[in-house]
Amino acid sequence: MSDTVLSVRDLSVAFETRRGTLTAIDGVSFDIAKGEILGVVGESGAGKSVTGAAVIGLIDPPGRIAGGTITLRGERIDDLPPERMRRVRGRRIGMIFQDPLTSLDPLYRVGDQIVETIRTHTDLSQKAARARAIALLAEVGIPAPERRIDGYPHEFSGGMRQRVVIALALAAEPELIIADEPTTALDVSVQAQIITLLKRLCRDHGTAVMLVTHDMGVIAEAADRVAVMYSGRIAEIGPVADVVREPRHPYAAGLMGAIPTLTQSPGRLAQIPGSMPRLTAIPAGCAFHPRCPKVFSRCRVERPEPIPVGPSRVACHLFDAQENAA
Amino acid sequence: MLAFILRRALQSVAVLAVVGLIAFSMFRFAGDPVNQIVGADTPVAERAEVRRSLGLDDPTLVQFARYAGNVLRGNFGISYQFRQPVASLLAERMPATLELAFCATVFALSVGILMGVYCALRRETWLAKLFQAVSLVGVSLPTFLIGILLIFLFSVTLGWLPSYGRGDTVRLGWWTTGFLTGSGLKALILPAITLGLFQMTLIMRLVRAEMLEVLRTDYIRFARARGLTTRAVHFGHALKNTLVPVITIAGLQLGSVIAFSIITETVFQWPGMGLLFVQAVQNVDIPIMAAYLLLVAAIFVTINLVVDVLYTVVDPRLRLSVGKAA
Repeated sequence: MSDTVLSVRDLSVAFETRRGTLTAIDGVSFDIAKGEILGVVGESGAGKSVTGAAVIGLIDPPGRIAGGTITLRGERIDDLPPERMRRVRGRRIGMIFQDPLTSLDPLYRVGDQIVETIRTHTDLSQKAARARAIALLAEVGIPAPERRIDGYPHEFSGGMRQRVVIALALAAEPELIIADEPTTALDVSVQAQIITLLKRLCRDHGTAVMLVTHDMGVIAEAADRVAVMYSGRIAEIGPVADVVREPRHPYAAGLMGAIPTLTQSPGRLAQIPGSMPRLTAIPAGCAFHPRCPKVFSRCRVERPEPIPVGPSRVACHLFDAQENAA
Repeated sequence: MLAFILRRALQSVAVLAVVGLIAFSMFRFAGDPVNQIVGADTPVAERAEVRRSLGLDDPTLVQFARYAGNVLRGNFGISYQFRQPVASLLAERMPATLELAFCATVFALSVGILMGVYCALRRETWLAKLFQAVSLVGVSLPTFLIGILLIFLFSVTLGWLPSYGRGDTVRLGWWTTGFLTGSGLKALILPAITLGLFQMTLIMRLVRAEMLEVLRTDYIRFARARGLTTRAVHFGHALKNTLVPVITIAGLQLGSVIAFSIITETVFQWPGMGLLFVQAVQNVDIPIMAAYLLLVAAIFVTINLVVDVLYTVVDPRLRLSVGKAA
């Protein structure tokens, strides 16, 4: 694909601990095209956020990228020296964090923080950068931006702060934005506004987005494609309509089945029995097999690799042609 | 802002009044000043006469009221031992103490913050670990011991620096300064280090701990994700946030630098207010002791006020009324 912005191949992230090396991400591959929103879902600890941190080169030690490649517009970025990677951050990849209340430096005016970001990455003068900052604030829907630009973060509400954070992420017109649970800390009415805003901005600017969340509603609303992660691997990745309406991987199916709907009679919510394995005790074979309703012998010994199923790719032995033939 | 300062100033006056009362009543148990003034063979009648002339016969409250009234008019009484006004005695000694405290403060703040920042940013280096270990010594060794060790090393063994006194001083109006002569500057080094060492190690440990805390916050992660230079992240954002809580502690500590210069001044025979106080205690010179305590209280209260004001300058969240007006 010529308009592929981000391409991740066989990415592995490991954490060195006293009890040995823990593999948080194991062989993850995906692409994001220009203007596309890829949703990444999964339970806490599935490796969603670590994947995002790996792409932008901000994995905290003792974590490190243990294998695989990350390419941005054909240029490999996972092995860049720190100073060159810093220039990629903010300039070519923007990031939005979960909690807008703590994402902004409380001691600086929001305008100063935006201007600082713009001037770090461009040659704009102080005055031009300020004009651009006002334009950005207007674009993300902050009323009276020429006055609010001199406000401090504590003078903004949570939703408004997340708008400021988005403005900051967009400050240098990046090609890719990593949004790590951008709506989790907001209340529901504000969530919808932020998602709509994010969608509109990406359409207007042609920015690719990696939208990390555990909220299927957000995915269904915003994403073009979705990757379901489980225990550091992608279980299923495909167009959002297919994955949500017709999930193939038993884990994805379980996730979708657990979403309450308005039409069903209110009863006990469906759930997947058990919980995700700890990184120290990932089972052999398919990591999901102890909880899988359709488990069979092969699942316990051989790890499934993603295979194309329709427009999606699914890592499950159920969809292996051999199995179906047998 | 002005109302805030006025309110704090009023509170300060109350604090000073209480300190004055406590100091005054405490000294009634310090010994009989008449014994110090008269000879051993003075007849009882003459003693009673001295007692009456000094007003020591009156009830405590009357004495305190009279004292407070005099203090408000700038009259701190006459020293029993020197037969001179206390105010001029203190004024004569004050430059020595203030210059010493100033040097100790500059030393403690500059070296303490530098080392603290270094230890936080280069946590794993052996030098940072060495600083940490040495700082423990600085925190735990008593001041007089540090002074004596420094004298032993630099004055007795190496003979580089003087072990007592202020060296040559220059008189500028009523102020005598040691800053303008070589021997004056040399004489400042050892006492300033002795007096500042404890504060320095304390500030270093505080800055290190605070900065490590700040470096873990979301807004620092976000600042990195914005692609800011390491310098901007560390010194623009992390250090400024670190200094907010450090200001309070450092401010209070610096008050105690002046107050507790007593020990250092005694060790180095430094002709300042602390040494005057120690001599006053030995001679039950109540006017000097009371005036000194009041002075120290006034210094503490003033520093507290300055710290509160500085706080609002550094941290916009505390600028309640001003922030809204902006």
